[in-house]
Amino acid sequence: MNKAVITVVGKDQVGIIAKVCTFLAKHEMNILDISQTIVQDYFNMMMIVDASKVEETFGNVADELDALGKEIGVNIKLQHENIFNKMHRI
Amino acid sequence: MINTFEVNETNKMIEQENLDVRTITMGISLLDCMDSNIDKVCENIYHKITTKAQDLVSVGEEIEKKFGVPIVNKRISVTPIGFVGSSSCHSTQDFVKIAKALDKAAKATRVNFIGGYTAVVSKGMSPAEKLLIESIPEAMAVTSSVCSSVVVGSTKTGLNMDAIKLCGKIIKDTAELTKEEDSLGCAKLVILCNAPDDNPFMAGAFHGVTEADCIINVGVSGPGVVKKAIEQSRGKDFGELCETIKKTAFKITRVGQLVAQEASKKLDVPFGIIDLSLAPTPAVGDSIAEILEEMGLESVGAPGTTAALAILNDQVKKGGVMASSYVGGLSGAFIPVSEDQAMIDAARAGALTLEKLEAMTCVCSVGLDMIAIPGKTTESTISGIIADEMAIGMINQKTTAVRIIPVIGKDVGEEAVFGGLLGYAPIMKVNEYDCSKFVNRGGRVPAPIHSFKN
Repeated sequence: MNKAVITVVGKDQVGIIAKVCTFLAKHEMNILDISQTIVQDYFNMMMIVDASKVEETFGNVADELDALGKEIGVNIKLQHENIFNKMHRI
Repeated sequence: MINTFEVNETNKMIEQENLDVRTITMGISLLDCMDSNIDKVCENIYHKITTKAQDLVSVGEEIEKKFGVPIVNKRISVTPIGFVGSSSCHSTQDFVKIAKALDKAAKATRVNFIGGYTAVVSKGMSPAEKLLIESIPEAMAVTSSVCSSVVVGSTKTGLNMDAIKLCGKIIKDTAELTKEEDSLGCAKLVILCNAPDDNPFMAGAFHGVTEADCIINVGVSGPGVVKKAIEQSRGKDFGELCETIKKTAFKITRVGQLVAQEASKKLDVPFGIIDLSLAPTPAVGDSIAEILEEMGLESVGAPGTTAALAILNDQVKKGGVMASSYVGGLSGAFIPVSEDQAMIDAARAGALTLEKLEAMTCVCSVGLDMIAIPGKTTESTISGIIADEMAIGMINQKTTAVRIIPVIGKDVGEEAVFGGLLGYAPIMKVNEYDCSKFVNRGGRVPAPIHSFKN
């Protein structure tokens, strides 16, 4: 399975999760785990998604998510999970 | 499964603490490009490099996107041109032709630098290698991406003092030919002792003859991450300090290992080594000197600096070695003056001197690096500085290097500006007592004894 981590950070507002999830559904990315908190009005979300059915290149999807983030006014990053696994797991 | 804390920690390192992979360097052997006709050699070289490395930059960019981690440089290192040009180059101009072919190939593949305009003359110089060394000033002046190095000694062979003497002159000539740009040519030229065959960092990178046809070497970085991590251990004892550095170095190196494996797979080129180096940039918060200061020094250069650097260097290796299956290159902390903001500040304030830097090179990865000295410094003084640094490497069985820039037309109190990652540097004072009779003796320094270590 090709897992990726999505992080969304920015000022809280209505509809952030809705917009991100719509995007993911459109790209056939299945959500495996979500954790989300609000700290002092700041929205902080981490998602682990299954990206194995995505047809576009990883870089393109990352760019589109970045653009979506700019549209909403938050910072969205898509990264392959291996960078975290490698760094934090022996 | 990965948790939020871990994801945030990684992304904070990337976004706020300048964690990056400093370079993916593709090593390419040019031994099969040799010919007796110089134009044919140039054609072969251009063709081989542009074929092997055609996807290097695009794959690098793809990996950056995939993991969200910057890969600052994509570079190429090639077989020392002193070998490659040995049967076709009969004049310095022939060697300059090869330098131009390398530069053209670097531009075509969009890499930042190409290293390997190199002569390995640890014990003696062949006529071709002598010509290559003599061609360096012009080659550095007419190309922009080519990096040059001369290996003038090793623990096994001793020091080639004829070559060291010649290099003093070559550095001076290179400075003169590029004086319009603050003698920038010298920033692309390094003199080495015990040079590794698989170093991915410039200017000393070349693809040694012990290597395979084509390999991927990766240099990691991240001094900012180490500095932030040890802020948490302020006031704690050395045991805790070392443990913190070690753990951080492990994490940084794992990113390098991941990038190296990915690049190797995508380019279908075998993975060579990870170079576990902390390499600074002129950006604030990306500095080795700041780490030393965070350890408790008022300024880098203060008493205690050499000890602090020794601790840092050793812990980086201890953490990094476990994170990667193959470690090589220079592996350690780099202390280039012009590329490190806190080093620049210390040199400017007079806290850091050339002599202290020399002491620091005994315990860290490379040597006297990116140091601007007065343009009036004589050839023999430069050779003397090189001889000192090479002796440290030879006796201590480590790599040492000299990359100094005699900035023509400038003197102590002024500054040289090189631009980009090469940064800028205050001109440092050089001891002006003469060493010409010593340097002019010529010949070789015999290899040192390998027992009675004191």
